[in-house]
Amino acid sequence: MKARIKFQKYGYMKFIGHLDVLRYFQKAFRRAGYDSEYTQGFNPHQIISFAAPLGVGLTSDAEYVDIGLRTCDTPETMVKKINEVLSEGFYVTGFHLLTEDSGNGKMASAMSLVASADYLVSLKDGCSLGNGILSCEEFRELFEKFYSKQDIIINKKTKKSEKMVNIKPMISFVAFDEKEYDAYLGCHLADLPKPVNNEKSYYLNAASKADAYENNIKVYMQLDTGSASNLKPELVMEAFCSDSGLEYNPYAWQVHRLEIYTRDDESKRLIPLDSVW
Amino acid sequence: MRKLALTDEVLLSVEKPARYIGGEVNMVVKDPNDVDIRFCICFPDVYEIGMSHLGIQILYDILNRREDTYCERVYSPWVDLDKLMRERDIPLFALESQEPVRDFDFLGFTLQYEMCYTNILQVLELSKIPVYANERTEDDPIVIGGGPCSYNPEPIADFFDFFYIGEGEAAYNNFLDLYKECKKAGKSKREYLELVSQIEGIYVPSFYDVEYNEDGTINSFKKNYENAPDRVKKQIEMKLSEAYYPTKPLVPFIRVTQDRVVLEIQRGCIRGCRFCQAGMIYRPNRERDVEYLKKCANEMLKATGHEEISLSSLSSSDYSQLQELVYFLIDEFGSKGVNISLPSLRIDAFSLDVMGKVQDIRKSSLTFAPEAGTQRLRDVINKGLTEDAILNGAREAFQSGWNRVKLYFMMGLPTETEEDIEGIAVLSDKIARVYYEIPKEQRQGKVSIIASTSFFVPKPFTPFQWCRMDTPEEYIQKQRFLRSKINEQLNKKSIKFNWHEAELSELEGVLARGDRRLSRVIYDAYMFGCLYDSWSEHFNYDKWMKAFEKNGVSISFYNSRERHEDEMFPWDIIDAGVSKSFLLREYRRAKSGKTTPNCRELCYNCGAKKFGGGVCVGGFEMPNHADGINRNGSIKQEASNES
Repeated sequence: MKARIKFQKYGYMKFIGHLDVLRYFQKAFRRAGYDSEYTQGFNPHQIISFAAPLGVGLTSDAEYVDIGLRTCDTPETMVKKINEVLSEGFYVTGFHLLTEDSGNGKMASAMSLVASADYLVSLKDGCSLGNGILSCEEFRELFEKFYSKQDIIINKKTKKSEKMVNIKPMISFVAFDEKEYDAYLGCHLADLPKPVNNEKSYYLNAASKADAYENNIKVYMQLDTGSASNLKPELVMEAFCSDSGLEYNPYAWQVHRLEIYTRDDESKRLIPLDSVW
Repeated sequence: MRKLALTDEVLLSVEKPARYIGGEVNMVVKDPNDVDIRFCICFPDVYEIGMSHLGIQILYDILNRREDTYCERVYSPWVDLDKLMRERDIPLFALESQEPVRDFDFLGFTLQYEMCYTNILQVLELSKIPVYANERTEDDPIVIGGGPCSYNPEPIADFFDFFYIGEGEAAYNNFLDLYKECKKAGKSKREYLELVSQIEGIYVPSFYDVEYNEDGTINSFKKNYENAPDRVKKQIEMKLSEAYYPTKPLVPFIRVTQDRVVLEIQRGCIRGCRFCQAGMIYRPNRERDVEYLKKCANEMLKATGHEEISLSSLSSSDYSQLQELVYFLIDEFGSKGVNISLPSLRIDAFSLDVMGKVQDIRKSSLTFAPEAGTQRLRDVINKGLTEDAILNGAREAFQSGWNRVKLYFMMGLPTETEEDIEGIAVLSDKIARVYYEIPKEQRQGKVSIIASTSFFVPKPFTPFQWCRMDTPEEYIQKQRFLRSKINEQLNKKSIKFNWHEAELSELEGVLARGDRRLSRVIYDAYMFGCLYDSWSEHFNYDKWMKAFEKNGVSISFYNSRERHEDEMFPWDIIDAGVSKSFLLREYRRAKSGKTTPNCRELCYNCGAKKFGGGVCVGGFEMPNHADGINRNGSIKQEASNES
């Protein structure tokens, strides 16, 4: 059977790269006493994959992993037992058994579902924006000016090539405090069915693990994520800094992922990944 | 959540930040304020290497079982972090508490290979601890060393307060208890060192002044503290099945060299290969009980979640209950996707059956370590592997579907001739011929033979400790000769030839058999920028040569000189169990091409019997290959004939 897990990654676990996180979870399942499903052949390995790999240095409230299991308990027990063997910095908040018929007869991998993600980008304490910008109000003003542009063209570098890309259509919204962000979510997601705990799924209500900083300079953003269109929050911040005449220091910003969304085939709207499992 | 010693910016600008954050599964967490002794153990190499070392895991476990002690870890920062720490004046810290190493009571280095010596100085310097022991104050930690290289600690003696000669299980508690008493009584470091030198197995180098003869050899070890022992006796654990075993080893976040459960099935080796230091200093051979090992395997797999288990020993095939253990592991864990890895196995029907079950034959290769190319030279080194055994093993393996063979040889062994070197090429070719004797329809494509040669480095406490070592020029010439001989073989296209760097081996030779005069050389090499010398991309031969030159120390004095039979060695202060007279007897037998049976066949009175256990007193099943020799038989007769 296949299961999808939602977990938080925070604290110094942000220094663990996503491939190592996969290895970590493989071992964690073994420690919790569950047998995983293996690929066939002489060099069997566990079947496990991420929805959207998170870069080193980033934290998250919403990491999704699909894993094949041969033995399993109720979703509630699974969440409890796995959390018992996890290090501080990892915390499972949801477990869902995937069934063959969810989707169109075939199991869709978490990765294939991803369309968008919410991020909170905060200025770390001890870092400054430069140019005498001190308050979050000044930051907001600058960022709004940047976001109000018709087009935001950046030079997107890949391993092979560079090209000019307009990233503006890849940003669905921005907000500057929790209230605004919650309000946006409230009006877009209010009608979705509330998660239920049953024999297939289990949800834990966990407070966000995003680090808070005294300077309060931060921005919430919803960005295209996934194979069709992908925009990293770091690129937005770099573009913002260069546009506003600020020096971009990649280490000054803490990026925290808040949620991952899939796009509903019919309504075309974005739905959190754990609302469709 | 613990506070990290390094900022986000530093961690995100170095390779693999997980090397420096600690927090691994099974890490021991204590409040440093609640303990009497803070102990930092160091493997002076990069994290991935150090974390793979079983000894550290054992020590970490033993020390942390003490409620009054918090044992933490530190490894060599990689060169990227090294640079940042110097630029920003960041002191080196232990992984657990992330607090400066300098605040600890002890800093203990495990000395696994000579080429890590500059890394020791790096760790000391980054910790802001003076590198020379005599420049340290009461505020600095006590710096100690242990492990195989401590059997000749002289080249690094000036950097250490004391060495512990022996196995971690045996005597750590004694000197920690003593430390606690001394600390409470407000005694000075000097007073502690005087007291600790009375514990068996402890060597305090500063209590001895070395006097040299005119020809540069050692005249005497003159005690400057009268109560210091004349010789320091190795301490070992005799009850390995009752000893602590770390059943909850640390599980690193990043992939390390040994990313698996390591089960040490026995210590020591019965074989007595004359070039092998481990085979001598870990005597006597002691096996762990198979039921104990089964229990450990279970607990460790459960506590780590590892998907692989590996058996560790110098010669697994000699473990008397190997079959029972291996089939247990396969039955119990094979179905759960746990890989079983079996290094150092003799190729026979049993090992082929096991390997066929646990590995993909198409991907794996057979490994033989003939070490020398001819039977004559294999007799000299007492490597009991015959050409027939190799060819028959290879034939059976080829018939079972293997087509890749790895061969390990040494060049520069004592008494080596051109014929012996050519023998490497000839043996490689013979193995390939065996493959093509098999009917074509049974073969799996082409055969591939990988012949690797390393350069022989004479080590202390081996019968070859008196030997002259070849110079790099001689090595390179031999390597070219072998290359040309391989090219003369019928199956030359199936033979791939690898070799080690000669310059690195030369240096290893000096450091292995060196004396105290080398500490200045090591220090200067480090100051010139030498670090991570065992990493070929970082090894800088020219800087080392500059350091030798600066100090007027000659490499040839240490390497290119056949030592006199009664020469006093720097390591004679250490009593490793095997006696110098036994080693000399073995050296003479080697030179006349006589082999010596293994410990189970016949006791050759090496000296390890005085530990009163292990193979020396029996307690094992007779292996079926002991060909009827009465193992209680004495060799006194023969020994006296020799002398």
